[in-house]
Amino acid sequence: MLPIGHYLFLSLALFIIGVVGVVTRRNVIVVLMSIELILNAVNINLVAFSRLYGDVAGQVFALFIIADAAAEAAVGLGIIIAFFRNRETVLADEMDLLKW
Amino acid sequence: MLDKALFYFFAGIAVVSAVLMVTRRNVVHSAIFLITALLATAGIFLQLRAEFLFIVQIILYVGGIMVLFVFVIMLVNLDVALQQIQFARQKWVALIVAVALAGQVGVMFWTSGKMPGQGLPVLTAAAAAKLPPNSETVARSLFESYLLPFEIASVLLLVAMIGAVVMAKKRA
Repeated sequence: MLPIGHYLFLSLALFIIGVVGVVTRRNVIVVLMSIELILNAVNINLVAFSRLYGDVAGQVFALFIIADAAAEAAVGLGIIIAFFRNRETVLADEMDLLKW
Repeated sequence: MLDKALFYFFAGIAVVSAVLMVTRRNVVHSAIFLITALLATAGIFLQLRAEFLFIVQIILYVGGIMVLFVFVIMLVNLDVALQQIQFARQKWVALIVAVALAGQVGVMFWTSGKMPGQGLPVLTAAAAAKLPPNSETVARSLFESYLLPFEIASVLLLVAMIGAVVMAKKRA
């Protein structure tokens, strides 16, 4: 395995790309996909440290994060479908029902 | 040497396809690029000798979650969204967040070089040939030390499933 800094930098790059996607994109589906990317970046960190310390607990927690990502995707996409049925849009800045 | 080549190969694919995912206008293209990024991450897992997680990543993430995404993209009509402005006007927020995050980590790396014993761990990992069988150790850890979190995760998945069904259901 390479020095741990390589994995941290890869994880940081993916995390920042994900955050930029969450903040800038208008389409809610792409926002959800960016969140998946962020969770994935965290997983890289966990697995890299698990390998470094020879402790498998990091991989177990990565498994839990994958399960959480599945739950989050299911609920988020359910919300998107319900919202699309009501308002005919998937754009974040048109979701302003609570704004006024 | 092979380790290094594999890491840079997969890391390059992951970063490039992540950038493309955020910048493409078409949501289906975004989904495809996210799949590529997730597959490249699976390659990183394999390079770290986490074989079980590698398989789980491909089957569950790419095969399960992304299929769900593509289904929803098909359900939601996108022809209108394609002609509209792609980015919300939050470019400055994004820039500030990205610079702040990168700055934090940069400071961490910078100070870790100056304070011995305070920075990144420098110990070397065990040789790949000497690792115990991966799936077996993961299973032992999961069902011995982390049995309660495992059960809680299954309850969480059940709750999420019920929530998704209730929300996506047509109103009677």
